[in-house]
Amino acid sequence: MKYMLLIYAGAADAADRCDYEEWVAYDKALRDAGVLVSGHSLKDLTTATTVRVGPGGEPTITTDGPFAETREVLGGYDVIDVPDLDAALEWAARCPGSRDGGSVVVRPVAEFEV
Amino acid sequence: MDERAAGAAASVEAMFREERGRLLAALVRRFGDLDLAEEVASEAIEAALVRWPVDGVPPKPGAWLMTTARRRAVDRLRRDQVYAARLAVLQVEADRAGPAAPADAGGDLPDERLLLFFTCAHPALPAEDRAALTLRCLAGLATPEVARAFLVPPATMAKRIVRAKNKIREARVPFRVPGADELPGRLPGVLQVLYSIFTEGYAASAGPDLQRPDLAEEAIRLARILRRLLPAEREVTGLLALMLLTYARRAARTGPDGGVVLLDDQDRRLWDGPMIEEGRELVVVALTGGPPGLYGVQAAIAALHDEAPGVAATDWPQVVALYDVLLAIAPSPVVAMNRAVAVAMRDGPEAGLALLDGLAEDPRLRGHHPYQAARADLLCRLGRSAEAAAAYREALKLAGTEPDRAHLRRRLREAEGS
Repeated sequence: MKYMLLIYAGAADAADRCDYEEWVAYDKALRDAGVLVSGHSLKDLTTATTVRVGPGGEPTITTDGPFAETREVLGGYDVIDVPDLDAALEWAARCPGSRDGGSVVVRPVAEFEV
Repeated sequence: MDERAAGAAASVEAMFREERGRLLAALVRRFGDLDLAEEVASEAIEAALVRWPVDGVPPKPGAWLMTTARRRAVDRLRRDQVYAARLAVLQVEADRAGPAAPADAGGDLPDERLLLFFTCAHPALPAEDRAALTLRCLAGLATPEVARAFLVPPATMAKRIVRAKNKIREARVPFRVPGADELPGRLPGVLQVLYSIFTEGYAASAGPDLQRPDLAEEAIRLARILRRLLPAEREVTGLLALMLLTYARRAARTGPDGGVVLLDDQDRRLWDGPMIEEGRELVVVALTGGPPGLYGVQAAIAALHDEAPGVAATDWPQVVALYDVLLAIAPSPVVAMNRAVAVAMRDGPEAGLALLDGLAEDPRLRGHHPYQAARADLLCRLGRSAEAAAAYREALKLAGTEPDRAHLRRRLREAEGS
């Protein structure tokens, strides 16, 4: 079953703790275990742009990133394929993004019959 | 109804109580779906109610129920192809996760209820739903009964149970017993669920009655099952001991009018001797062979109260020492408060009151009526009646059940009168 791990930083202005090696090790562990489906990390929040389309169909562009009132900021995601929620939670706990005030939200991926 | 039929009806009754959880667990293990398992388990029991009075009780009642339930499940799966495809996948994965116990270990159904204990208490489920699911799946209570247990409308409870089951199915909360390395992390959650069921039964948080024996007894029954399944886990033994040693006082805890009788004033002849004896034996087991656990120490404190012929003769220095151990394992303001009361018994009310007043700032005690009542009691004993009355009034505002309030009103009148 596929789960998406949504990796959040604790706050938009949290110091950029660049534990690059830890992330590389985590990525390698996911690949070695054969559970990684896909994953990306996102660029800094200041580079984000939100698009909303109003009821009349006219696009409204907001340039200051996602909802400013949200303290937690999505920093990236991994999609993994594991047998059950416990396995997914274990990977989430190993993710460097789950420490230092960050968090990882685990969401099952909806799959539809074709 | 002839004798054989009556006997069969009685064994179905017993089966329903004792085997429903076991049957459900075995079906969940096999089909990986709680809803389907519940439906076919009920159907099998209904079929037994019809067949057994006619045919007699089969030699392996559990296996009979399992076979019947399994056939019903297969019928359903044939009718619902989409469901069948999904369950087939689940089943393959369940088999990969570990070999199923042989079908006739012990001659009848293998006991797989441990899976259900851990699934119902899974940390991914909302805390408020864990006890409800445990009562539903392991105690076999119907949803309206579970609703009554938690004093919520049946529709609300039905929604909560559906939501929890939905999460188990859709997020695929596994049906499995945690491995030895995970057990220390997961077992406390299971014990907490049982203890919260017990506590609600022993000292209801709201409602007309102080005690709800049905719930307390259900918690004890489930703790006994858990202990059979995990005999080496000393905290399971400690929890069972704690429940028994506490519940043994039930008859003395309320007066003829249903009012509260405090430990000091209880008629100790009403305490349940055999239950205390069993609890004491379990405490010894729980505290032997390793660092003491949370429930074991609490059980030891309960045992000291139960052993004493009276309040004055209680081994208070030992009680204080055990509270010190408890504070070291699990610091909490309520434990600190109880320790202060024990210190008051050992060293006098002044010493206890000083400790209680030191806790006054803790926000977790602000809404806790026993804290105000304990202060009031010590103030009374020190002859400071006006302050005692004020504390009783504060406690009255916070108390949730009518017997508690009636007791506090009585004490308030005494404090005002002196």
